[in-house]
Amino acid sequence: MTALRPALRPARRNWRVRLRRDRSLVLMALPAVLLLLVFNYVPLFGLVTAFQEYDPLSGVSGSAWVGLHQFERLFGDPLFWSAVRNTLYLSFVQLVLFFPVPVALALLLNSVLSDRIRNFIQSVVYLPHFFSWVLAITIFQQMLGGAGVLNQFLRSHDIGTWDVMTNPDTFALLVTSQVIWKEAGWGIIVFLAALAAINTDLYEAAAADGAGRWRRLWHITLPGLRGVIVLMLVLRLGNALTVGFEQFLIQRYAVGHDTADVLDTFAFYYGIATNDYSYGAAAGLFKSIISLLLIWGANKLAHAFGEDGLYRA
Amino acid sequence: MTDTLTIARTEEHTVAPRPPRRRRRGARRSWEEPPTAAGEAAKGVTLGGVLLVVLVPLWIVVVTSLSTQGSVNRAGGLVIWPDELTFAAYRVMLEDGTVRTALLVSLGITAVGTLVSMVVSVLCAYGLSRSRSFAHRFLLTLLIVTMFVNGGLIPTFLVVTGLGGYGQWWSLVLPSAVSVFNILILRAFYSSTSADLVEAARIDGAGDWRILWSIVLPTSRAVTAVIALFYGVGYWNSFFNVMLYLPTDSEKWPLQYVLYTYVSRGNGMPGSVNQGFGDALSQTAPLSLQMAVVVLTLVPLLIVYPFVQKHFRTGVLTGAIKG
Repeated sequence: MTALRPALRPARRNWRVRLRRDRSLVLMALPAVLLLLVFNYVPLFGLVTAFQEYDPLSGVSGSAWVGLHQFERLFGDPLFWSAVRNTLYLSFVQLVLFFPVPVALALLLNSVLSDRIRNFIQSVVYLPHFFSWVLAITIFQQMLGGAGVLNQFLRSHDIGTWDVMTNPDTFALLVTSQVIWKEAGWGIIVFLAALAAINTDLYEAAAADGAGRWRRLWHITLPGLRGVIVLMLVLRLGNALTVGFEQFLIQRYAVGHDTADVLDTFAFYYGIATNDYSYGAAAGLFKSIISLLLIWGANKLAHAFGEDGLYRA
Repeated sequence: MTDTLTIARTEEHTVAPRPPRRRRRGARRSWEEPPTAAGEAAKGVTLGGVLLVVLVPLWIVVVTSLSTQGSVNRAGGLVIWPDELTFAAYRVMLEDGTVRTALLVSLGITAVGTLVSMVVSVLCAYGLSRSRSFAHRFLLTLLIVTMFVNGGLIPTFLVVTGLGGYGQWWSLVLPSAVSVFNILILRAFYSSTSADLVEAARIDGAGDWRILWSIVLPTSRAVTAVIALFYGVGYWNSFFNVMLYLPTDSEKWPLQYVLYTYVSRGNGMPGSVNQGFGDALSQTAPLSLQMAVVVLTLVPLLIVYPFVQKHFRTGVLTGAIKG
């Protein structure tokens, strides 16, 4: 967050003079700022609908105020708690199963000496990151679904069928493997950079002192990755309540809402799809507040480990 | 494609030689242990497996999209080994209104959206990149706050529909036109890479528009390309916004939503697509046709990807380190 680092004290001049001097710079920044004001800041005020019984015909100003009524409904709603449980569970499974994959893959790739092979593997594993979730899930469906390649093979050998795509029990593993397939390759990019930044002299000195490749991995490579790993963990923990929205939206019908509803899809299905806007807004506000607390807490945790984390306030 | 790639490579080498690497690749250091056969084999198998996991599904999808109905029937579904190949699926698809319209809509939204996003982001990034300029810290804070706090789904939906965005294509572009993260990446480049040149130009009397256009943009082509790809992919892949703002106007749907409706959900395609495959009454579209839609969503990405891919590290890392 060096962006927030205070710049050298500007020469204090009359602000009119400075504005006239920098008018083209300010003008350039304006379109983006205006778009953000309309589509990011105005909705912040729209959060008051969480304390209303929003009626589309009357708008925000005309709708009745109901205080904390929506939150009372929310906290008494078993579907909401099921969404909270699913979110936390899926987030946890992804943290355990997904997080180590890019690190391991980066280490493995870094040990490949041939430039050409490394570049080729990188180009291939980055690719799925740019696929849409619809595309990724369609591909999973075609490979592992009821009519997919896997079951084609099982049927032709009379082993029976095994439909992973519609099985609620294995849903967490399914979505995690989708995230690994789509994002693990892209995830290695930051770790590769951190690996390239480790001073090779350290390895040479360690080797001269008799450290084998595993000891060098443990005492040089992993400490060299520590900063990035902690940063990535902080980001992951801060986003613990966001586990991928479209991914669940698309697969909800296949496994059922008990399994696939997370906080974001809850706000959509019980807010917009049912025109119960205030209820959805309340669910969204709840998520935002907890998320802010998580980011703050995760950052504190990073500082406790002696790392910069996301920001230094 | 290989030819153009080679040309791009050589050009890159002649125009801008790469900086020396920290570690000479392709050679083992004298102090490193000789590799063990088992270790090398395990490494090869793992990396080979990783490649297969990505490439095999794509191969199967492409081969199936090019297969005749007979060959699909013989395979009992998806085709792994090419048998009888035909472009029938693509011909039928591009004749049929639904998919062709969706393709045009997707291309249009991606082109317009990327243009809007790039203009707005490049201007903003440059406008905020000169330290000590008027109000730049206030504006920057305004931008960064949105990365942590937002109104969320429903308030945003209410604002967009309140502005009349329901059923309009602009609701797929304007609400997501600005990515603060992308602006910060661009800004990090603009404020560091060409500082000396910019100062020199300013002394020579060039204004900010001139500096941006003739100095900053030409010296930061790589990062501009990467950011344009990020925006372009975002628009090309936009799915939820369609569900939110255009759920009923099927003639306005972009390709991803058509893929979702007719392939992922397996709904029958409207019109007479199935007749091309001798099965006019079938509820779902023929498999090769479905796979052709999948391939169609991939093609533009695969065309652009090789040209931009080599710059990823620059783009992403500036974001990761300086953002």
